[in-house]
Amino acid sequence: MSDKRMLFTKDHEWVVVEGNIARVGITDYAQNELGDVVFVDLPTVGDTVEEGEGFAVVESVKAVSDVYSPVSGTIVKVNEELESSPELINESPYDQGWIAEIEIAEGAQLDDLMNAEEYQAFIKEA
Amino acid sequence: MKQTPLTTVHRSLGAKMVDFHGFEMPVQYTGVIEEHLTVRRAVGVFDLCHMGEFNLEGPGALAALSKLTTNDPAALPEGGIQYTMLTKPDGGIVDDILVYRTATGFFLVVNASNIEKDFAWISQHLPEDAVLTNRSDETALVAVQGPKSLPVVEKVLNLSLGHMGSYTFIDATFKGHSIRISRTGYTGEDGFELYLPNAGAVELWHDIMSAGEPYGIAPIGLGARDTLRLEMRMPLYGNDIDETTTPLEAGLGRFVKFDKGDFIGRDVLLAQKEAGVTRKLVGFVMVDRGIPRQGYAIVNEEGEEVGRVTSGTLSPSLNQPIGTGYVPVELASPGATIYIEIRGKRLQAQVIKGRFIKTREESK
Repeated sequence: MSDKRMLFTKDHEWVVVEGNIARVGITDYAQNELGDVVFVDLPTVGDTVEEGEGFAVVESVKAVSDVYSPVSGTIVKVNEELESSPELINESPYDQGWIAEIEIAEGAQLDDLMNAEEYQAFIKEA
Repeated sequence: MKQTPLTTVHRSLGAKMVDFHGFEMPVQYTGVIEEHLTVRRAVGVFDLCHMGEFNLEGPGALAALSKLTTNDPAALPEGGIQYTMLTKPDGGIVDDILVYRTATGFFLVVNASNIEKDFAWISQHLPEDAVLTNRSDETALVAVQGPKSLPVVEKVLNLSLGHMGSYTFIDATFKGHSIRISRTGYTGEDGFELYLPNAGAVELWHDIMSAGEPYGIAPIGLGARDTLRLEMRMPLYGNDIDETTTPLEAGLGRFVKFDKGDFIGRDVLLAQKEAGVTRKLVGFVMVDRGIPRQGYAIVNEEGEEVGRVTSGTLSPSLNQPIGTGYVPVELASPGATIYIEIRGKRLQAQVIKGRFIKTREESK
């Protein structure tokens, strides 16, 4: 994990906050559980999302998996590379495989997130 | 969960294990796409010990089997294998099975999910002079599939097998175990399915892996088994066919022999054949971006639901989303436009003719 500021959800998303922008992706554990990612259904820039709401869908050959937003806000950027190269989620889940950037809504907070150490402990229990 | 004689082997290979109809089975080892392409290009080995095997013997076996199934077992020579279906009086499919004609009767291979149901169904329709025995628990099944299957299986069994036709079998021995060598499979590639007592399964698996090493053999999970069969339009019981669908609707009419005499469901199926089916199982490719999945609605131009997707995936060979489903006959012609509803979006798809990719015979 390249970024020390990275936080994690129980649904296996990661998030890095810079200013009022949260960049979101799925964790290495999640991509490994899913297998070969073959399709990513990205949100539309301008869409608003609620905390805990599915805002993107990642599909492997066999499975369909929702990606949940760790925070309420507005989609301001999506990783269009994933449309032609969904495998970036497998190859580089924390970097080139990022999914979207969310502008955090005023007053919204990132609750119940784990740091890297806590997340490692969490997936060991799973 | 039931385990197979090979469960510990899969675990040691790091396979991802899943509950498949009560059996703990490997869904993938390294990845579905890689495993799929290994079978298309070289050779792969599958644990299919979960499949069910019955023996049907006795003087009344042939007549009883003919009554129970849509195909004609009387046409089967000893050493021959037939794809057929058990049907209900209303023409619905109880199961799709393989029938082997042995020296002493018949050997039936049934879907893992239907072992108990089929055993009860067949037993219920047997005369006193036919005996059905369930050999599923003591019979292991290992499949070797792919263009390099022949040299691998020949080496393992120290036999020359190139003369064997498709859908034929021979019995031999492997390290003291009786083994049934069947030139069949569920991938569209050349290959063998090998039945033997559980006690020989691990040794057979290891010998296949060693013999296949020069060809790049790999173990293949149920994930790739499903994508391999779907590209070839081979139906999967529980998805594409079940008790609510008939062989004619599913496009399996060539396995229904009306002129062989009576069988369960014949009247209904004959009437359906004469009147014409109202819906058909079709294959389709996506025109818009999206992957069809089992249960998604199929809608027409007007947005009315006309059917459901029965199987869908990304085709690893084509790198394109593919699917199957039942549609009204007016939408079943190749080239017809249908729509698949995916997460609230109506995405365009096109009905295709036949298989998604060519079989080895067709590409010759």
